[in-house]
Amino acid sequence: MAGGARVVASGWGWRHAGRKAWAVAELSFDIEAGERVLVLGASGAGKSTLLAGIAGLLGGDDEGETTGELRIDGVDARSARGRSGLVLQDPDAAAVFSRVGDDVAFGCENLGIEREEIWRRVRRSLDAVGLGVDLDRRTAELSGGEKQRLAIAGVLAMEPRVILLDEPTANLDPAGVLDVRDAIERTVVREGTTLVVVEHRTEIWADLMTRVIVLDPSGGVLADGEPDAVFAQEGDRLAAAGVWVPRHPIGMPLALDAPAGAVVLEADGLAIGRPGAPVVRSAIDLSIPQGHATVVVGPNGAGKSTLALTLAGLIPEREGLLTGAPSLAGRRGQRPAQWSSRELLTRIGTVFQDPEHQFITATVRDELAVGPKALGLGPAETEERVDALLAALGLGALALANPFTLSGGQKRRLSVGTVLASRPAVMVLDEPTFGQDRVSWIRLVELLRAEVAAGTTVVAVTHDAGVVAHLGESVVELTGASQGVALRGRAA
Amino acid sequence: MSVTTPDISAAAQRTAFLDGVNPVSKILAMVVLSIPLLATIDWVSSTVAVAIELALVPLCGVAVRDVLRRSIPLLAFAPIAGISMLLYAEPGGRIHAQFLLATVSDDSIALAVAVALRVFALGLPTILLFSRVDATELADGLAQVARLPSRFVLGVVAGVRLLGLFVDDWRSMELARRARGVGDAGVIRRFFSMAFVLLVFAVRRGSKLATAMEARGFGADVERTWARPSRLSWRDGVFLLGCVCIMAAATGTAVAVGSFRFVGS
Amino acid sequence: MHATSSSVDRSARVDSSDRSLRWRVVDIVIAAVLGVATGLIFWFWNTIGYLWFETADAVTPGFGGIAVGIWLLGGVLGGLIIRKPGAALLVELIGAIVSALIGNIWGPTTIYSGIVQGLGAELVFAAFFYRRFGIVVAALAGIGAGVGAWIFEFFTGNIEKSAVFNLLYLGSIVVSGALLAGVLGWFLVRALAATGALSRFAVGREARREV
Repeated sequence: MAGGARVVASGWGWRHAGRKAWAVAELSFDIEAGERVLVLGASGAGKSTLLAGIAGLLGGDDEGETTGELRIDGVDARSARGRSGLVLQDPDAAAVFSRVGDDVAFGCENLGIEREEIWRRVRRSLDAVGLGVDLDRRTAELSGGEKQRLAIAGVLAMEPRVILLDEPTANLDPAGVLDVRDAIERTVVREGTTLVVVEHRTEIWADLMTRVIVLDPSGGVLADGEPDAVFAQEGDRLAAAGVWVPRHPIGMPLALDAPAGAVVLEADGLAIGRPGAPVVRSAIDLSIPQGHATVVVGPNGAGKSTLALTLAGLIPEREGLLTGAPSLAGRRGQRPAQWSSRELLTRIGTVFQDPEHQFITATVRDELAVGPKALGLGPAETEERVDALLAALGLGALALANPFTLSGGQKRRLSVGTVLASRPAVMVLDEPTFGQDRVSWIRLVELLRAEVAAGTTVVAVTHDAGVVAHLGESVVELTGASQGVALRGRAA
Repeated sequence: MSVTTPDISAAAQRTAFLDGVNPVSKILAMVVLSIPLLATIDWVSSTVAVAIELALVPLCGVAVRDVLRRSIPLLAFAPIAGISMLLYAEPGGRIHAQFLLATVSDDSIALAVAVALRVFALGLPTILLFSRVDATELADGLAQVARLPSRFVLGVVAGVRLLGLFVDDWRSMELARRARGVGDAGVIRRFFSMAFVLLVFAVRRGSKLATAMEARGFGADVERTWARPSRLSWRDGVFLLGCVCIMAAATGTAVAVGSFRFVGS
Repeated sequence: MHATSSSVDRSARVDSSDRSLRWRVVDIVIAAVLGVATGLIFWFWNTIGYLWFETADAVTPGFGGIAVGIWLLGGVLGGLIIRKPGAALLVELIGAIVSALIGNIWGPTTIYSGIVQGLGAELVFAAFFYRRFGIVVAALAGIGAGVGAWIFEFFTGNIEKSAVFNLLYLGSIVVSGALLAGVLGWFLVRALAATGALSRFAVGREARREV
């Protein structure tokens, strides 16, 4: 049917308006029709800019300047819209309409395709990505993986000859990642579509790819060839730049099955649910040992995040009781949900899934000082804690930067730092390694391991097998059933 | 509004008379049902309008329970709306109380009651007409029937749709502020800080959405087609005529009983 | 204060040669997003601000206008960020529609208010040919929106009230528009630009260049 298109860059470059440095410079390559290319490079190497360029989204409206040429089947990429389809990282920001069918139809409408043909294509592309939901289904009700497959269906319906994926699985859980990969593999292999993927979790795509291009941050191409050859040649350099290179060890010892000490948090017949929402899980009996790292795993919808919020004392128990150790008792007793916000600071700190939800000031330094100030510490002690943390987190040079302008890894470390600043007895983390590249992943897990060694209790909710392996001294599994939890030994 | 509270069963049982009416007609109806009431301050016209509208609830496909639930803020705030009128309206008739610049008189009491009733009469059609309007249908109507530029209509509707995401962000931010030790006091300050972060999220998500839309060919110079036709039917005529009749009955009755009072007269 | 604001004004002047007044897709979507965000702020303010409004009115005639500024934010934000003709009107209008649809006591009148308030701000930006977006212009836009609101409310009811009330109301709405909408809006945009969220807009690029 559609087949693939050839993508040729010759000396192509792009500079965003108002910037001194070129985002991409002097880039030349020739991608044949039907090739499947993984684009890698350190952060800031211009990977996303390249995809936007191929998609024809750059170049107009005073947003920047360009050099060289970027052509799809000989046509300038800017006038070839519709030949390529781009899927972006954040599926939440990709759904245009509120119903599945309408959303898939959107691209076809824009291409001026006839109504009957549009609906034929809608059904066909939903089938292709394996999204067997009703056309009237609300897009907001889909899971992350389903939303991303919806976005892919929307692109497939346009019958593009080049499919471009920009970190398509960074925001997904492992099951969602597999679904997305399978959906792409089915279509691309069958249709012979050209595929260009940017993703630092290379193990997902390595098997499917026929070629890897590594961008040089200072312009041009660092390496270009078959995946195995490129990984062999550039593996170390890529790993150091944050890319998850296949079969490249992390070099960190596994967590041990450490003997559990006294209990710091105890759940007894606990039922959890967000206020105003139904109970997601009940009959939870759980003890969190002090100075120990507990990881909580389980499929989507099992209530992991809700459990984290409940253990953190942020939302009240729906039934049953959550009790803190007597040493932690606050003015109103031992139930975390009844502690005041200030009392929580030294008792339980929480790192949210999205670090940006917890930023409340305009600089990194102020952000770290929030906790100590709320505790009523003096300026000298606050300063001392903040300086120590800035150094430990590797954020010293960014002390005056706005937290929102940090990279994903820096934001995550800062959110952990804001919790460490008030030195809580317990730290609860929700998906701390979500979307982290290899370098910041290692820094983060090492930081948490050091905290546990120093006596902090850590509870981490995670999908990440690496976190389970390297941090989880005990593993709590929320099973598919909506009741109870299972304690899993380290050996599992 | 369906954007905030997606009614899962709505699609399955969209059989009420109003469901067959084009959203563009509903917008027109809202104008028809409000302008005459804004031109007068009297209790009769508002009361008549509210009475007829309530009698027509079964045609709207909105459950009576939902109408009541959504009317609560109206009922709670309508009397407050009358306070300013009660105190500062140009005095007339018997004077009941006076302090500083405030004067409670027969006239000001009548005006205050009328204003409170008018608040309700203006709010009710919004609840009845727009509780079940679907954003996508609205966009289709505005672009195909009202012929507004599709770039603007679709861009705006897609942007507005992000509203649903903000609700979750807001909840998470509230919890995060409790977790960070600043959740005990300073409600106003916390509100502003969260509103700001909401704005940051909104703008960034909107920028991404714009890119995603352009990546799917939106905004290019191709003549666009529409997957869902949106047109007017006999129902729209009947509906709009009905709305005009409601207003005619309301203002007519007010004129007939001599209570019609053109604003400022 | 005067010296700094005027210097800021000068730096915020835009070289008209390097930009077009045509709306990009991102302009439209961000206008909608800003509209929704301000609509939610309006909706929240509909409770707190309205109680303030009526309490202040009950104690002193007309001073309730001090609370109005927040309801005028949309026009100022739209004009300052998007910098295109119609942006102030569109953002304030969408905010009003959202506020009305979520449900408030004013129903569709909210939307009429939104139009006149947005127009008030829009006219001020237009008077500066969409070229100046400093703090003074922002304050003037806030005042413009306030005057729009005052005129609308005058003809839909306040005409029944005493002249003293209406003059005091005008005075307080102008102050509130200048401060709570104009100056606050300007600082808000600057803070927003500092987060990097406005990188696709001239106002965002200017802010980042300073750093």
